[in-house]
Amino acid sequence: MTSLDLTTRYLGLTLKNPLVASASPLSKKVDIVRRLEDAGAAAVVMYSLFEEQITHESHELDHYLERGTHSYAESLSYFPDLDHYNLGPESYLEHLHRIKAAVSIPVIGSLNGVSSGGWVEYAHKIEQAGADALELNIYYLPTGIDLSGAELEETYIRLVTDIRARVRLPIAVKLSPFFTSIPNIAKRFVEVGANGLVLFNRFYQPDFDLDELQVVPDLDLSISYELRLPLRWIAILYGRIAADFALTSGVHTAHDVLKAMMAGASVAMMASELLAHGPGRLGQMLAGIEHWMEEHEYESIAQMQGCMSQRAVAEPAAFERANYMKALNTFDYYLP
Amino acid sequence: MERNWVTIEGNEAVAAVAHALSEVIAIYPITPSTPMGEFADTWSATGRVNLWGTVPLVVEMQSEGGAAGAIHGALQTGSLATTFTASQGLLLMIPNMYKIAGELTPVVFHVAARSLAAQGLSIFGDHSDVMVTRTTGFALLASNSVQEAQDLALIAHASTLKARVPFLHFFDGFRTSHEIDKIEQLNREDMRAMIDDALVAAHQQRGLSPERPFIRGTAQNPDVYFQARERVNAFYQACPAIVQEAMDRFAEIAGRQYHLFDYAGAPDAERVIVVMGSGAETAQATAEHLARQGEQVGVVKVRLFRPFSVEHIVQALPSAVKAIAVLDRTKEPGSVGEPLYLDVVTAINEGREKGMMAASPRITGGRYGLSSKEFTPGMVKAIFDELGRDVPKNHFTVGIHDDVTHTSLAYDPAFSIEGEETVQCVYWGLGSDGTVGANHNSIKIIGEETDNYAQGYFVYDSKKSGSVTISHLRFGPHEIRAPYLIGAAQANFVACHQFSFLERFDVLKYARPGGVFLLASIYGPEEVWERLPREVQQTIMEKQLRFYVIDAFKVASDIGMGGRINTVMQTCFFAISGMLPQEQAIEQIKQSIRKTYGKRGEAVVQKNFQAVDATLEHLSQVNVPAAVTAAPGAIKRASTNGHGRGVPLPMLTRRPPVPDEAPEFVRQVLGPMIAGEGDTLPVSALPCDGTYPSGTAQWEKRNIALEMPVWDPDICIQCGKCVMVCPHAVIREKVYDAAHLKDAPASFLSADARFKEFPGMKYSLQVSPEDCTGCALCFEACPVKDKRQVGRRAVNMEPQPPLREREKTNWEYFLTLPDVDGMNLNLGAIKNSQLVTPLFEFSGACSGCGETPYIKLATQLFGDRMLVANATGCSSIYGGNLPTTPWTFNREGRGPAWSNSLFEDNAEFGLGMRLTLDKQQEFASELLAQCAGSVGEELVQAILSADQSHEAGIQAQRERVALLKQRLQAADGADGRARSLLGVADALVRKSVWIIGGDGWAYDIGFGGLDHVLASGRDVNILVLDTEVYSNTGGQASKATPLGAVAKFAARGKAMSKKDLGMLAMAYGNIYVARVAMGANDQQTLHAFLEAEAYDGPSLIIAYSSCIAQGIDMRKGLEQQKLAVQSGYWPLYRYNPRLSAEGKNPLTLDSKEPTIPLEQYAYNETRYRMLLQSDEKRAEALMRAAKHDVQSRWQQYRELAEEHHKG
Repeated sequence: MTSLDLTTRYLGLTLKNPLVASASPLSKKVDIVRRLEDAGAAAVVMYSLFEEQITHESHELDHYLERGTHSYAESLSYFPDLDHYNLGPESYLEHLHRIKAAVSIPVIGSLNGVSSGGWVEYAHKIEQAGADALELNIYYLPTGIDLSGAELEETYIRLVTDIRARVRLPIAVKLSPFFTSIPNIAKRFVEVGANGLVLFNRFYQPDFDLDELQVVPDLDLSISYELRLPLRWIAILYGRIAADFALTSGVHTAHDVLKAMMAGASVAMMASELLAHGPGRLGQMLAGIEHWMEEHEYESIAQMQGCMSQRAVAEPAAFERANYMKALNTFDYYLP
Repeated sequence: MERNWVTIEGNEAVAAVAHALSEVIAIYPITPSTPMGEFADTWSATGRVNLWGTVPLVVEMQSEGGAAGAIHGALQTGSLATTFTASQGLLLMIPNMYKIAGELTPVVFHVAARSLAAQGLSIFGDHSDVMVTRTTGFALLASNSVQEAQDLALIAHASTLKARVPFLHFFDGFRTSHEIDKIEQLNREDMRAMIDDALVAAHQQRGLSPERPFIRGTAQNPDVYFQARERVNAFYQACPAIVQEAMDRFAEIAGRQYHLFDYAGAPDAERVIVVMGSGAETAQATAEHLARQGEQVGVVKVRLFRPFSVEHIVQALPSAVKAIAVLDRTKEPGSVGEPLYLDVVTAINEGREKGMMAASPRITGGRYGLSSKEFTPGMVKAIFDELGRDVPKNHFTVGIHDDVTHTSLAYDPAFSIEGEETVQCVYWGLGSDGTVGANHNSIKIIGEETDNYAQGYFVYDSKKSGSVTISHLRFGPHEIRAPYLIGAAQANFVACHQFSFLERFDVLKYARPGGVFLLASIYGPEEVWERLPREVQQTIMEKQLRFYVIDAFKVASDIGMGGRINTVMQTCFFAISGMLPQEQAIEQIKQSIRKTYGKRGEAVVQKNFQAVDATLEHLSQVNVPAAVTAAPGAIKRASTNGHGRGVPLPMLTRRPPVPDEAPEFVRQVLGPMIAGEGDTLPVSALPCDGTYPSGTAQWEKRNIALEMPVWDPDICIQCGKCVMVCPHAVIREKVYDAAHLKDAPASFLSADARFKEFPGMKYSLQVSPEDCTGCALCFEACPVKDKRQVGRRAVNMEPQPPLREREKTNWEYFLTLPDVDGMNLNLGAIKNSQLVTPLFEFSGACSGCGETPYIKLATQLFGDRMLVANATGCSSIYGGNLPTTPWTFNREGRGPAWSNSLFEDNAEFGLGMRLTLDKQQEFASELLAQCAGSVGEELVQAILSADQSHEAGIQAQRERVALLKQRLQAADGADGRARSLLGVADALVRKSVWIIGGDGWAYDIGFGGLDHVLASGRDVNILVLDTEVYSNTGGQASKATPLGAVAKFAARGKAMSKKDLGMLAMAYGNIYVARVAMGANDQQTLHAFLEAEAYDGPSLIIAYSSCIAQGIDMRKGLEQQKLAVQSGYWPLYRYNPRLSAEGKNPLTLDSKEPTIPLEQYAYNETRYRMLLQSDEKRAEALMRAAKHDVQSRWQQYRELAEEHHKG
């Protein structure tokens, strides 16, 4: 049996295989990252440094340290004000540093923020802390009725532009599927300096509790079905935009990874599967990929990358609206 | 090494020296010395080393007695040790102080001198505490200012090592301990040069060690004790010279020369004041002022009071002296004179006898400044004037008007010695708006960034919510020797940070003509004039003030700073005052912001920067018109604005502090206190024995709520939960006959009562708008959700100002509605229990306080027959701090009888109340049997066999006793037994004794007594309001503080588990114990209170009490209690020994197995989060331990609850 070449290139990095642990709590512990590496992960994206969280924590701490102070002569304050708090990105950066020292696979920093100033600075710090690349998570939920899509897109583009100007690291932009024109925004991100695109961000949607009549946060792990959305968009964009693609959302099996590669992704990123089954799951997936490749006589991942992209398939319309009609019509067979 | 000029408070200055020169520091919180312990603890927690390069070990003890004991032990084993204390805390140290001195042990105790609790407690400064220790053998060294407090701290540490006499170094509580001054800070080299390591080694060598064993602390008999006691004399004789030597050495090092007695004033003075402490500064400044005008006056400042050196004081007095007034800042009732006076009389007498002085001056003594009472140049002048009389008054007082025993000297309050070049500024703020914090920063900027001398002093009122603060700032090119408040018409700059104060206080009395007035106002420069009360308009014009306004709340809230307008107002001050060029001032403010907030994150810094920048755009000067426009008594409706704050009140004249219909005592005595004019009350106005009327809080309408609850009768289910949780008893429910509604105001709301006991009746839920603090707990507790808008409930928070007048009328009407008859109520149901009028109302507790709802509940259930022993702490402050107090009475005039003894003895104090009742009841029963002939056998039997286990039974007994008293009074007056029975007959009606206090008392300082009272078997009810820290002194750790939480004195997170007080009590087997959390299970709380009170023996209720010292959103306090229970951290249970007697398991677990992780509860609170934010590893380790703890304790409880009970 000839040896299989599982390597892939993502953001200028050569990875030993396309399996990447996506931004999730998995990277919060150094020993879990080590286990991910041992199990076969080719790279790891750190959990996100949330700009709002930092800001929020700062304001909260300040509020509670100040509240009630200097009101009554006996209790002029209520807490010791300590010399130091890890409220900036420092603890994140330190952690990144520790992970870098603990593993030999590339470590990709992840930033989730909203303001241009803060972001740029944090991106720079992540670069200095030794990250191999940077993933920008630009999800913003516009609830105001006066903010247009175009304005919001401009904000995003400006952010990526600013960060590109500040850091030399490869940058991947992780975007949401909620753009009016995904190809256009993808193209623009790449034009202003993004090296890769991560499709797509997955959101935690709140639920309603009917007993308590409350809106409650809800956290569900992904399922394989969710693969379809990024799969389609990567297939459509592959070869048309000069960027590496990472597929994320719904990667649970070896087959999911293979599909991602065939759509044109450089890497398949996963979190839910690893959260549910542990880092060891990576080994099984790798074995599954190899098994499939052997069975189907594929020699390398490179060989299959983009082989089922829109450009490559016999029927490009399968990815488009006509296919949607066709799919709907298939339900006719099930009518009672 | 360079010395820094720093602008710091006395406590910090002293603590820095003490920390640097100690190895072991034992601490315990007591105002006003607490910050010294806090500084020491924080410095050690962050690794600050002492002079010898090691971090001092700081240990919090269970009481000051414990601290003194620990210090004694540390000293005896050769450590350099210190402690900090004040007031009754110092008194608790006295037994050890005798030992420490008797054993000639070098040590320094640093004391922020404070009044002792006598007729009332006071946290403020005088020398009553220090003077009590003058017989212990400690040297007593007094500092008069912040600079001196630092310098003499070092001199004390240096002297004690050589003298072997222990030192008590003291300075005036608050006036020096909390005054911020610009001082030259000593550095390590200075300390190095003053401390002789050979003496340190000698001290170590004298320590106990098994390597060179000896014993110390023998018991001595008549044969030798006396001689041994005299054996120390030589050390005391040598001590003054040693101190002077240290002072001289200090002068060489630091350039400031001190003497045991320092003289200041005219060299040929005939009239001299002898005084110590901060008052000496005022006396010196005044004497020098008068001497410059040719008066022959001077001051002797006493520094070393013990050992008292006759030789040195005689030398210090000017030879021309003819009359001396010795001032004591203490009171010794019944003595010939106060201590300093007696010593000076004796010293001068001896000095003359020994031929040391020729003059024979007349010596008088006087008292001044008790409890931080102002001591001003006018008073000093009055004393000098008095000394000029042929026969000066002796044993005088100054600063008060004594119209009873006529001791007081008259003085001119307008007399001033202030130089024009000293700038004086007064700021009125609300506790929560950050005014004092901003002024701290301002005075630091001025002190440290300019060449000016600077002084800051801050005055707070007696309330914990909505408190008024007044900041007094001075700065200028000359040293500031003015330890007294800025006087009337003295301030160059007056700022009022709350518009509504204009209606309550004479804010501008401080303003000098031509000064500046800065007002935070929602009205702009064009509109504001019309909105000012007439008195304010008049003063502005008369004094020709330059008047500026800024809508500070809008600027702050637009930036997201809520009600904290500190940065905004600070910026205004620098912009207007011209203190620094504007650009430089802004730069300095920003630097100070970065310094203060930088470590809390860039976001906080940026927010404050934004506030600075936005301020300048919004500050405007007002064109003051030529005439007063507001007509007296003119009424305008209040308007609202977008952000609620600062809305002016409708009356355009200043309103009286209490309404005219208030009782005379309230109007004439409490009214001036409310108005901030309590200093004007004469001695005769005050009760002679500390007794005050109940029910006075109702007369002090503070209007501090921005929002208040509004009832929606259509969806209300009348459950009473909102009434139960209200910390201030401002939301109440009543059920009444519909006929009453005919007189109701049109806006008064009602609904059909949903009570099966009251068919066909009406129900109303009413709020007192002027007493509400706007905490919103009622809203949070409401279980109803509006079906069409789930965010709305049956009570909803709405802006208070527009509702105030309407709801005030409704409230007043509501109070006139009859109360339901409590006898027929099933009090075991919350909705019924809440129909009973609370007898604890409108306290000054923090908004959203978690303690007061429990106290209020007890008064609803048992208030008309309740005696309360209240430990010192938050509950004694919001419960008993003048001017007005919340304990009140019902329509029949019955209500809780309340008293506070001390911090440490509360359980014993309450037990004493029980013993009286038990004895009186026994005696009354005995007499009753003997009086059967005159009062009737039937009545006697009915009384003796009465069933008082329920309210109806108690009421019936009350009626029987009333009849008994009637018959006794009618009986032969000569019958001694009848007279005796009359005196104790009330004890025949069942009473309920409640012993109430916080965890600091119950877990720590009072635990020994608590344990003993629990073991006494007597029928007392102990309510522990467990906030898990010493809340009243600002959040120091107690043994109730949970593992993993940060608190003061546990700055690195508490590493020990919370003490399980309930389990300890349960171990006795015959004590009713309940652990409750009203927010988690209100019904269980209610049951526990009823069962505890019904249990004929000791009962202990440990009540989870939300507190701002936990760092929670107080509005979510109830929710947080729920999480505490759900996480298993706070299991609810009741242990009822009665069940044992029935062969059942006495322990009932009232909460379920933990359903959420501990983190979900804990990390909602700053006390846990800040450890995570500062030391993540330690936080994780402590959290693991805490989780283990929760788990094992839960298991233990479950096993106990499931255990088959053998009966």
